[in-house]
Amino acid sequence: MSVASLDARASRRRMWRLPIRDSWAVRIALFIVALLAIAAIAAPWIAPYDPDAVDLARRLQSPSLSHWLGTDHLGRDELSRLIYGTRVSLGSVALSIVLILALAIAVGGLSGYMGGRIDQAIMRFCDCFLAFPTIVLALFLIGILGTGMVNVIIAIALSHFAWYARMVRGLVLSFRQRDFVLASRAAGASRVRVFFEHLFPAIMAQMIVLATLDIGHMMLHVAGLSFLGLGVQPPTAEWGVMIGDARPFVWSMPMLILWPGLALLLSVMAFNILGDAVRDRLDPSLHGDHQH
Amino acid sequence: MAGFILRRLLLLIPILLGVSILMFVILRMAPGDPAVAYLKLSSIPPTPSAVAEARQTLGLDRPILAQYVSWLSNAVQGDFGVSHVTRRPVIDDILHYLPATLQLAGAALLFTLIVSVPLGIWSARYKDRWPDQLVRAFAFVGVSTPNFWLGFLLVLLFSLTLKWLPPMGKGGWQHMIMPVLAVSFMSLAINARLLRASMLETASARHVLYARLRGLGDRQVERSHILRNALLPIVTATGMHVGELLGGTLVIESVFGWPGIGRYAVSAIYSRDFPVIQCFTLFLVTIFVVCNLLVDILYAWLDPRIRLNAEAAI
Amino acid sequence: MSETLTIENLHVAAQHGHHDHVLVDGVSLTLRRGRILALVGASGCGKSITCSGAQGVLPPGVRVTQGRVLHNDTTVAPERLRGRVVATILQNPRSAFNPIRTMADHARETLRAVERLDGDWRSRTLEAFATVGLEDAESVLPLHAFEMSGGMLQRAMIALALLSDAPFLFADEPTTDLDLIVQARILDLLDELARRRNLGVLLITHDMGVVARLADEVAVMENGRIIERATTREIFDNPQRIATRELVEAHMSLYPEVA
Repeated sequence: MSVASLDARASRRRMWRLPIRDSWAVRIALFIVALLAIAAIAAPWIAPYDPDAVDLARRLQSPSLSHWLGTDHLGRDELSRLIYGTRVSLGSVALSIVLILALAIAVGGLSGYMGGRIDQAIMRFCDCFLAFPTIVLALFLIGILGTGMVNVIIAIALSHFAWYARMVRGLVLSFRQRDFVLASRAAGASRVRVFFEHLFPAIMAQMIVLATLDIGHMMLHVAGLSFLGLGVQPPTAEWGVMIGDARPFVWSMPMLILWPGLALLLSVMAFNILGDAVRDRLDPSLHGDHQH
Repeated sequence: MAGFILRRLLLLIPILLGVSILMFVILRMAPGDPAVAYLKLSSIPPTPSAVAEARQTLGLDRPILAQYVSWLSNAVQGDFGVSHVTRRPVIDDILHYLPATLQLAGAALLFTLIVSVPLGIWSARYKDRWPDQLVRAFAFVGVSTPNFWLGFLLVLLFSLTLKWLPPMGKGGWQHMIMPVLAVSFMSLAINARLLRASMLETASARHVLYARLRGLGDRQVERSHILRNALLPIVTATGMHVGELLGGTLVIESVFGWPGIGRYAVSAIYSRDFPVIQCFTLFLVTIFVVCNLLVDILYAWLDPRIRLNAEAAI
Repeated sequence: MSETLTIENLHVAAQHGHHDHVLVDGVSLTLRRGRILALVGASGCGKSITCSGAQGVLPPGVRVTQGRVLHNDTTVAPERLRGRVVATILQNPRSAFNPIRTMADHARETLRAVERLDGDWRSRTLEAFATVGLEDAESVLPLHAFEMSGGMLQRAMIALALLSDAPFLFADEPTTDLDLIVQARILDLLDELARRRNLGVLLITHDMGVVARLADEVAVMENGRIIERATTREIFDNPQRIATRELVEAHMSLYPEVA
């Protein structure tokens, strides 16, 4: 028992030791992510203007002292909209990931624990989800559920969870055979308790690695769907929507397209670097294709 | 090998059945009454009697299994219903728009493979020297760039500033260049990075040492003992790329005004034109699954360990 | 004077941060055609590294810092040794063959590497396979490593060594992963071929049983240096150094009847 809980605690501690000591790239990435988090949380205090305040007299202005990044076609302050856009980008991805983890642990855990026919049925069910290209499944779900941010989050979650569920199932299956699990079962610990003491921390560590690697990818998904007009509805500020809004002005004001795209690029880069770093730190076994 | 292919083909049937059932169930669980949506699109006021009539026309009054079976038997015969908006048979519209999408996605796949393989080889060959660092930097930017935004950057550069390429539409090969670049950029980056890693891993395998000890030259070792083996994971990854490239094409079409199925689907999603959404999804899933089947077959053909086991299992 | 291969004052070091960790410290050896020289020592003493260092196939981060290889008193670049002057047999043949290529592919490229590939390659390969005791050589050609047993693979490896027609043979733990009966057969085969083809063999092993069975002379390595060299008889009868004595005694306690 004691060895087992030590193991569990060690993996929990490892999980939260952020890769701060790593290279300069990781440091910059952490800095960017911190900036994004601050922008998202403190948007009302940081943003110089109301992001939705229309001022047609000041439409399509170039950058100036009063509007650092200029204004869009409705005279809204570009910088303020960028800052508020962080909320949607980070928030939607965060909620998607929470949803994915909940679904994956429920479905994959059930599959791995029950085994037999139930396991087979659940896995075939997941196979059906995996047969869709992610964007196509997301488009289908939005088509059924209707456009809007909540539905985008549901769509992103449903189009990704099957991958995670399969991994949870694999982990459960391999952990079920591990000595300390067998030992604690023999010592009379209940299934639920074994799950939360031993399996859950290990599964979470793996899930977090996978999720961090996926954050950038999901941000791109959200932005792409919003760009198509399927996600956040105008006038809400979101980077993909801003790019979409700016397209009629690509000739006259290309900057309106550059800013949100740059924000998206930098954020995705930062999360990708962090994803790699967390993966290298927590799980050398996943060390597949990045560094050598 | 023939038996292997046959078995994989047969496996398509349960998968596609499962997918169609899943879609059908989700569709019926959707919020809102499809009959009301149908009436709205037809600009008929949803009075109780009109709704009841619409339910009957759409077959919604029957049990869900019966609905599915009749939908399936129609679908197998190529009848996916009528678009609520255009009133045309859905299949006609889909087949009208699909080729342009497949053309773009296919060109992007070809471009991805043609460019990423040399990049990966080059990167692995000059590991940690400047070509490698260049490719890795490129790959890193590639996996982080929003494809639709890249599309606009390309338009800004090549159409507005340099005036080399047409910014929109479908025509000659010049119209393909920017959409193909934008769609394939990410897959290209992932693939180059994957091949590099795969080659470096293979390079430390014992069979490579043995090949060198037998006196094979560096190029020969790289070609026959590193690259050939390292390409196997690339083949598998190509299956995944097909999904990404198809998805990317759907988005990019709206940047370049490419007359493909993506823009058609997006407008169907706006108007909640369920038959179109359903047929569109099923077609793309089928294409994706079939492409992955081809990839599996190619892999088995390239890897004797799988090919021979498959033959032995028959 | 018979043909010789000399490793002269070989130094190999691994880079650890800014300083070097010496793995092979001034090893000199001379092989003569028709003679089998055993290089023995505990694992990690540097005997395998000596072999790969001489042929210039060290793993990344490890390099030759000093020394050269002479073929009949002429210096030869390591890459010119491989296949042409020295053929090599490795341990664990299963992972030494490319898993997705056939025995025929391996044979062809081996011949091409030493510029001996011609229209006749197939019959020469079959002959080599037959020589090493691969029955039904014709049916072996299209096989992959995963379709063959460890003993068959080790024989195929010896056949490839014969195909390249190099005068010298490095055999790095050639029987380690094989079961006892197969080991004995492979050793007999090596012995017979070395005598009949007049090969100069460098036999790398930690197994004194193999030494007793095959070797004419023995060099004992410890910590990257050769600490003792003598004829096999002398090594067993009158070992001078502690490390040698330990190797011999460990062997005697296992197989008292061999002595």
